[in-house]
Amino acid sequence: MTATDVPGLPADADPDRPEPGGEGDHGTPAEPRFDGHRGRWVGASIPRHEDPRLLTGRGRFVDDIALTGMLHAGFVRATVAHARVTELDLSAVREVPGVVAAYDAADLALGDIVAILDRPAEEFTPTAMPVLARDKVRFVGEPVALVVARDPYAVEDGIEAARVSYDVLEAVNSSDGALAEGAPVVHDEAPDNVLLDVSMFDTPGVDEAFADAGGCVVEVETRSGRQNALPLETRGAVASWDARDDQLLVQTTTQVPHQVRTMVARCLGVPERTVRVTVPDMGGGFGQKCVVGREEIAVAAAAQRLHRPVKWIEDRREALTAGFLAREQHYRTRAAFDGDGHITALDVDIVCDMGAYSCYPFTAGIEPLMASAEMPSVYRVPAYRVRGRAITSNKAPTAPYRGVSRPQYVVAIERVMERAARALGLDPVEVRRRNVITQFPYTGVNGVTYDPGTYRESLDLAEAILRDEGWYDERDRAAAAGRHLGIGYCCFSERTGYGSEAFAKRKMTVVPGFDLSEIRMDTTGAVVVTSGTMNHGQSHETTFAQIVADRLGIDTARVKLRQGDTERIAYGWGTFASRSVTIGGSAVALASERLGELLCRIAAHLLETRPENVALDGDGGVVQLDDPDRRLSYSDIADVAYLRSHLLPKDVEPTLTATASFDVPGDGTFSNATHAVVVEADAGTGQIRILRYACVEDCGVVIHPQVVEGQCRGGIAQGIAGALFEEVTYDAQGEPSAASFIDYLVPTATEIPDISIAHLETPCAFTANGAKGAGEGGTIGAPAAVLNAVNDALRDTGVELDTTPIHPATVLDALEGRP
Amino acid sequence: MNDPHLLTLHVNGEEHEVVVEPRRTLADVLRHDLRLTGTHVGCEHGVCGACTVLLDDAPTRACLVFAVQAEGADVRTVESLGGEHGALSDLQQAFSDHHGLQCGFCTPGFLMLAEGVLAEQPDASREDIREALSANLCRCTGYQTIVDAVCATAQARREATA
Ligand code: FES
Ligand code: FES
Repeated sequence: MTATDVPGLPADADPDRPEPGGEGDHGTPAEPRFDGHRGRWVGASIPRHEDPRLLTGRGRFVDDIALTGMLHAGFVRATVAHARVTELDLSAVREVPGVVAAYDAADLALGDIVAILDRPAEEFTPTAMPVLARDKVRFVGEPVALVVARDPYAVEDGIEAARVSYDVLEAVNSSDGALAEGAPVVHDEAPDNVLLDVSMFDTPGVDEAFADAGGCVVEVETRSGRQNALPLETRGAVASWDARDDQLLVQTTTQVPHQVRTMVARCLGVPERTVRVTVPDMGGGFGQKCVVGREEIAVAAAAQRLHRPVKWIEDRREALTAGFLAREQHYRTRAAFDGDGHITALDVDIVCDMGAYSCYPFTAGIEPLMASAEMPSVYRVPAYRVRGRAITSNKAPTAPYRGVSRPQYVVAIERVMERAARALGLDPVEVRRRNVITQFPYTGVNGVTYDPGTYRESLDLAEAILRDEGWYDERDRAAAAGRHLGIGYCCFSERTGYGSEAFAKRKMTVVPGFDLSEIRMDTTGAVVVTSGTMNHGQSHETTFAQIVADRLGIDTARVKLRQGDTERIAYGWGTFASRSVTIGGSAVALASERLGELLCRIAAHLLETRPENVALDGDGGVVQLDDPDRRLSYSDIADVAYLRSHLLPKDVEPTLTATASFDVPGDGTFSNATHAVVVEADAGTGQIRILRYACVEDCGVVIHPQVVEGQCRGGIAQGIAGALFEEVTYDAQGEPSAASFIDYLVPTATEIPDISIAHLETPCAFTANGAKGAGEGGTIGAPAAVLNAVNDALRDTGVELDTTPIHPATVLDALEGRP
Repeated sequence: MNDPHLLTLHVNGEEHEVVVEPRRTLADVLRHDLRLTGTHVGCEHGVCGACTVLLDDAPTRACLVFAVQAEGADVRTVESLGGEHGALSDLQQAFSDHHGLQCGFCTPGFLMLAEGVLAEQPDASREDIREALSANLCRCTGYQTIVDAVCATAQARREATA
């Protein structure tokens, strides 16, 4: 389906649409932007611009940076989860050969990292994250002191020489524990350990719907384990003082360079001008690097004091225990269905264990707020009540990991659909079909307006793929032979490209949204384009070049993207929430168009014709429309713009530069997909093997099919990891279980199956390229699809599994009839 | 420095003399002393394989080997692949063609692992290759396209020698 197949529905076309003026009313509709423009490059899987350097070992990652006189840094970290620091003695550290300096919180005297929401005190409690712990530590791995030495080996020696004594307190190691009567208090500001408690919706009719549920009422309790986003490159930073620029240069692995600049400046108490943040090649991020890390700031402070470059590279143990984690959530979901299998109400209680601190800029509210706002998912839910809480515990803090709560609320609602299907004796796909949104734009009970998508179509196609391939027959044959095959689905959408309007509804005081681009053409007609987004594996250098090349009619080889430099890009919100191609790509397209207009104006003047009589010729030049023999190449025009500017029209300034900003209006744009999975549960080991994985996705106009498929597959692999393998657990003392890859089970090539991907395309009407975000969807769909398939495989056992990761022992217990 | 050693390393066909502490890993010497930063470090405990180099043709975790242990061996790193002026080898080209890399952090390790596997088992099936590649971690791709790239190279090399 394309947007043209969905004629603008009257606003009242959907009976479930809430009244105008309520939470669901968004004022003026979004200005349509996508003009159907497609050219030679968009849609082609061209060779990636990033590949040659990365394949030959010539990338430049943060640990590849070596500066003259560079020192190395590492952290003395808390060895206990919750304690008062009674003594911190660094004198022996300073005696270790090679150690140059050792600092504690008092030595550095830095401001704290504070992230706040614009919400009343009964909803949100602000807490501070000090750069180095002051008198209390709140999780194992918390940085307590900074050691700087001549080489990394001496840093380790120095760390070992630190003397820290603790008065150990009882640890909060679970959300239930945090909420229990008399629980230890993690932050004095939050005596109940609740950092956020928001009842975002309680629409009319919830209780009535449960009272007269003609079909069934289902209740399901779902939980997900704490996960590490786990970029293969750990975090790291190199900070150096540049006396000539009067500036601290922080080269760091971040998805949000401008936000790091802001926080470095604030914590150090210096003007933002004196901080420059640049980002080298990055070995993944997945959200873990879209918050400001305290280590980045500590290293910057050390470089500022020592006037020497200082490098910090996180080791894997630190990354696993002290890096930002995510996803430990608990949902109690009730849903009412009528006799026809239509959901009539949803009532949800969400508790997210956000760990010891609130992250900047998103705050500890990010997970529960995301889940509360989006929970009705792709279904027409007429009545909705939700309470979302963020609790604090003595665990490593959290950051918004790829998908942010969607993998979890999608599990909750997809488990609801499966249970309703069983209760009503319906096929699970059929229940979804009866509830899925089919008319767009649709404004849900959550006040969110969903732009057109292929929810129903993706579901139908995914089911058809498994049926046509004979998996339903295979499942029956397997059952007859005593084997346990199961089929599972997950149908979901994902809001991508949140603009400032959408983020403002979350009541952040720091409201992300827009992005900027500047494009500059040189005298040879080649262009450099900037973006405030931050590539960390998503291929921006290639896809943004495709967008520019089409708008200007030049070869992609003539387009170079620059990003990750706060000096070169006035401002940007970086890369997260699948915003890069939707927002950054739109800004790039608009800047290119403006440059094209400028080229035309100058060309018309030089050709001595009216501006309406010229146009870009799609081949690196401007042509006179009534006499196509008269043409100027871009280098002809650039020659005048730079080198013979006396020939320019009077009202045109020299040089060929254009800038643009873009912000997605309204509620943003929704990508969607259905995942269909076939698994087999091994009766001997309880292991789950994935036999077939099919993804049907719709992210609007696809800029680079191979890249989109790569995002899907990689995302699905991380979703499978969450469904079956990865979890950081903590013991009663708050000690994390996983300090190495021996304990934290990252799936390898033998655990991740081949995945087929089918594309549907519903162009987004209000991004410049018709694209919707594609970075997170895979991760969102996989846990629910796998969990549903496993439950189907266990359908004869009477057991329902609702917790991820699914442990083989649990499967074995189910198969062997143990409760 | 504790007990420094002077050693000669043969890396990518060149001889290098370096002074190192006995505890200094081969990965650190390659990256920080020889500035061959294509070899990456993702865990320092022998699991992720980002540091994989060929040591006398065998894929080896450079984070688990002390530099002093590599003396006398032939060390090959990602920088040795490919031709003049940055030309890509067949395997590197296949990685690009199949989108076998996203962030590229794991890529040098996978390339060196794959070179070892292809040399050792030129007739490897897709499942053999998948099994062999399960020695290394990639967080971005989901592996399928890496397996595709290595299978395509195996096939092309078989055809070239047939
Ligand atoms: S760095 Fe050597 S195996 Fe991970
Ligand atoms: S491409 Fe990023 S880890 Fe493999």
